[in-house]
Amino acid sequence: MPGLSINSITKRFGDFAAVDDISLSVPDGKFVCLLGPSGCGKTTLLRMIAGLEEPTGGAIVLDGDDITRVPTHKRNLGMVFQSLALFPHLTVGENIAYALRIRGASKEEQRKRVDELLAMIHLPDFANRPVAKLSGGQRQRVAIARALALSPKLFLLDEPLSALDAKLREAMQVELRQLQQRLGITTIVVTHDQREAMTMADLVVVMGKGKILQAASPIEIYRKPADAFVADFIGITNLLPAETDKAGRTTVLGAAVPGVALPSGSAKATISIRPEDIHFSKPGAGAIPGTVSFVRDLGGTVETFVEAGGTTIVAVATPRERPNVSVGQAIGVVLPPESCVVLQP
Amino acid sequence: MRREPPRALADYAPLFFPALMLIVFFVVPFSIMIAVSFFKRNPAGFYTPDFVFDNYARFLTTFFGSVLGFSLLLAILVAVCCVVIAFPFTYLLTKRSRAVQTVWLVGLLSVLSLSEVIIGFAWSTLFSRTAGITNLFVAIGLMKEPVALLPSFWAVLTGMVYQALPYTILVLYPALVRLDPTLLEAARTLGASPVRAFFNVVTPALRNTIVATLIMVFVFALGSYLLPQILGRPSNWTLSVLITDQAIYQSNMPFAAAMAVFLVLISLALVGLTLLAGRKESAL
Repeated sequence: MPGLSINSITKRFGDFAAVDDISLSVPDGKFVCLLGPSGCGKTTLLRMIAGLEEPTGGAIVLDGDDITRVPTHKRNLGMVFQSLALFPHLTVGENIAYALRIRGASKEEQRKRVDELLAMIHLPDFANRPVAKLSGGQRQRVAIARALALSPKLFLLDEPLSALDAKLREAMQVELRQLQQRLGITTIVVTHDQREAMTMADLVVVMGKGKILQAASPIEIYRKPADAFVADFIGITNLLPAETDKAGRTTVLGAAVPGVALPSGSAKATISIRPEDIHFSKPGAGAIPGTVSFVRDLGGTVETFVEAGGTTIVAVATPRERPNVSVGQAIGVVLPPESCVVLQP
Repeated sequence: MRREPPRALADYAPLFFPALMLIVFFVVPFSIMIAVSFFKRNPAGFYTPDFVFDNYARFLTTFFGSVLGFSLLLAILVAVCCVVIAFPFTYLLTKRSRAVQTVWLVGLLSVLSLSEVIIGFAWSTLFSRTAGITNLFVAIGLMKEPVALLPSFWAVLTGMVYQALPYTILVLYPALVRLDPTLLEAARTLGASPVRAFFNVVTPALRNTIVATLIMVFVFALGSYLLPQILGRPSNWTLSVLITDQAIYQSNMPFAAAMAVFLVLISLALVGLTLLAGRKESAL
């Protein structure tokens, strides 16, 4: 079976399980983002796939071959490190040709492939420059080209864009995604930036404390987060307490939300609702009573903060549908039932 | 970090004391030595002030030439051996846990507390026929009967490498600790075996450190004059031994001074050449 499959892989450092019995299957040619806060085990998982860290248990299978015990240099993969790890004593061209040189490719072959790769990363005629003379974005591209020199089966990137400034990072995300789609190479990126994951990935794997919390497409993760941690980690969300009242209806902060069912047997749960799904109305029946506490007008979006029932609810709207509210005004908050996600406890 | 350039004279104040020490204990004695090297020897007494080139002329014989050549060669060999042994060792040491590293470094520092004399006599015992390591080889059946391994060139080399090795490791250690470990990992993901990656990534990345260490050990070994006498034959004696001999036993200060000045000039020239070669290479 083509693709990468990870079978109950575990990595312990002493008593601490950095990666705790994780299984994941990555279809051929897909772009996967391992997403999570620092210390969640995402980098350790990536390093085990690369063979730079030996798993305590489990197996890694690439295209049907068990590579768990295969040393890194025989795995046929390309990796971009957070530090980029460009060889300081070599030029751009020599860095990119390193893998080819190791394989004993002829000078002519090396030169041809380097030119191809430099054209791919839009840095033609850079072959003879020393790496120290490159800008951050150029170094980034050279690291990517070097990793792809042998057309590897697997492309791994460990927080590749973290050293770049925000604007360049966003541009590189798009470029990296386009490159991956053009080459059709199975790619795994470790990141703690949810925007980055949403921009690039086919499959987002949210990790926490060494486990996978949810693995799904970006939009599904955003729309149907599995639990409060995922909901909070991916974008901004409102986590509100829901309960079943005496009449058997589900209510949130005293307002009924028809059509939202809590898991059977539990009288209380937490629901997640995205800020852009929230509407306002006049205070009254069917709406959560609240008071506007702050309005942040960012030009492109308007965020309204409402104090209701002891918590703060955030709503986001475009300027066009800007709610006509002011600080201190009493309003009703309406939660469209179809946008409420009941989270697992 | 940027610092403001010193403006007032008082800004240079912290330099006064070191500068004074340098002048009193280095510049002045060295100048006296240069002056003495042109003096005339007085066989009855010590020397008389003069300006003659006799001392340098006497130096230009095959005997002193070959001793000088041997001294330089020995120092170069010691430097190369030390770096060849210390570099992989220090690299592997930096991969160990902090506790292991500390134990090793403390052990190495304690070797530095041994004087050249103690090192010399310890090795002369180890290389002797009666109590030396060859007895061990006999005991495990590697040799028929114990032999004396000294005096010999190899005994001198071993003793000097032993003495210089801790310095070498301590000089290499900071650079190797700071080396980005992902450089090696990157090479491995690109298909290089760990050994190969070590040689074509780690070593060239630390080329300047290695050159600096070679020079340091070379200069250090050049000054060694006890170990060649304890562990070697007269033919293994270095110029430093002859300088000591002339200065102390033959009371020929002017000639000893001339040899010392010549040795300093030659080593400076070699160091300069090495740096020049290094710069040319990195400019490519």
